[in-house]
Amino acid sequence: MKMRPVIALLVLVGAAGCAAGPKVGVQPWERGELARRCMRWDGYPLEAAIDDHIYFSKEASSGGAGFAGGGCGCN
Amino acid sequence: MQLNGDRKVRLVLAAATGALLGGQSVAQAGQWSFDSQLLLYSEPDRVSLFEPVVSARWHRGDDEYWNFKLTVDSLTGASASGAVPAPQPQTFTTPSGKSTYTVGAGQTPLDPSFLDTRFALNIGWERPLSPLWKATLGANVSTEYDYQSAAVSATLARDFNLRNTTVSFGASLGYDIVEPVGGVPLGLASMSPAPTGDDLGPANRVGDAEQKSIYDFMVGVTQVIDQRSLMQINYGFGRSSGYLSDPYKLVSVVDSRPGLGSGEPLAQLYEARPDSRTKQNVYLAYKRGIGRDDVVDVSYRYLWDDWRVRSHTLDLRYRWDFASAGYWQPHVRYYQQSAAEFYTRFLPEAVLDSPVASRSHASADYRLGDMTGVTLGIKYGRPTPRGHEWNCKLEYYMQSGDAPRAPPGALADFDLFPAVDAAMVQFGFTF
Repeated sequence: MKMRPVIALLVLVGAAGCAAGPKVGVQPWERGELARRCMRWDGYPLEAAIDDHIYFSKEASSGGAGFAGGGCGCN
Repeated sequence: MQLNGDRKVRLVLAAATGALLGGQSVAQAGQWSFDSQLLLYSEPDRVSLFEPVVSARWHRGDDEYWNFKLTVDSLTGASASGAVPAPQPQTFTTPSGKSTYTVGAGQTPLDPSFLDTRFALNIGWERPLSPLWKATLGANVSTEYDYQSAAVSATLARDFNLRNTTVSFGASLGYDIVEPVGGVPLGLASMSPAPTGDDLGPANRVGDAEQKSIYDFMVGVTQVIDQRSLMQINYGFGRSSGYLSDPYKLVSVVDSRPGLGSGEPLAQLYEARPDSRTKQNVYLAYKRGIGRDDVVDVSYRYLWDDWRVRSHTLDLRYRWDFASAGYWQPHVRYYQQSAAEFYTRFLPEAVLDSPVASRSHASADYRLGDMTGVTLGIKYGRPTPRGHEWNCKLEYYMQSGDAPRAPPGALADFDLFPAVDAAMVQFGFTF
């Protein structure tokens, strides 16, 4: 039953985002700052992939921002 | 927010782009763009790694993209085998069973035969399915001399609320084959020297290859909060099944009775992990523009699994931006995990007269122990006149863990969980 709080949290965030309307979010012409490379989640994908690979090989955790995956004999 | 003229024009132009493309980078049909990254990684007296990565992105038209990525890992050096130090020098057989190496008295046993080159290829495809739905498909293959892997993934994302909210669902399926040097060891069996005779190979091997399958599901929500901030929350569920042990790791059986020889290793066994693992995680991320052009980026992940590993990862970056003069980005990462339930630094012989019979799983791999990792780093990046970027990142990673309390006899004199430090340099260039 450990998944219940997680699902509840996801639903809450999603519902808040959909229902908030003009209070949260921007108009299409207000996205200038958000279009910058450093404001995108995947702005530096190769650096992120290398970091994930390092920590995958050194720790017992992986994934989060993307799939946890495998694909390497290092762990 | 006060804006000067130059910045205002820049933001309006970027906004027009963002409005048209929903935040994607600008690309004309048929255009290629390239990204590259090089990692140099070094642990003093242990592993060194050289990893170049190059990717190409092709805009086919109508927001349809193809991505290709090639990774090469070249790794050399020594890795902790899991065995405990001893008051006398210890001699171990290499995984192939054909040679031996000796570890000095009191030294942490490191297997020096760590040498590998891995090649990985990723292909990705993404395109909008409708004005609000977007699909991404991916395929990965990788090969190294003792490990092969293949995986496919699919993600569907839908925008809501003027594209301020994006909900995505993803699934990934992987299949790996491990072909350990010397064969697949029998878990918790003794790592004996090879029987006499040249071609017999090492003892206690049960086959040439094993496999594992991995699947992952993810659901995530991204929310634009205002013109300068956004957040993301993801939930991930993953299950691996098959051969999950590390064929090169050992667990020492240690004499734990008081008296002469207490704390000394009596035998070295191959480790054995359960044949399935179910992991879940929750990931939260937040980005915010600050001041003129600075950005703060913070994320937190909580992970838990049915091996009883629990981990917290906190990551904080601050981008100090000087526009055309580049940016400096300090980085701090804190990681803490609790041990897997079958983790043990050694097997005490007084409690387990027959370790094989009384215990089904054991691993002394420090990566499954109680431990903490701290990363400190700094990155400098600079835009090029043609709108690309080069950057350089220096990082230092410090990993330390909990050694067992009150180990028997001679083991009390040794560091049973030595700290591991790593220095990393990354260079990135887009073109």
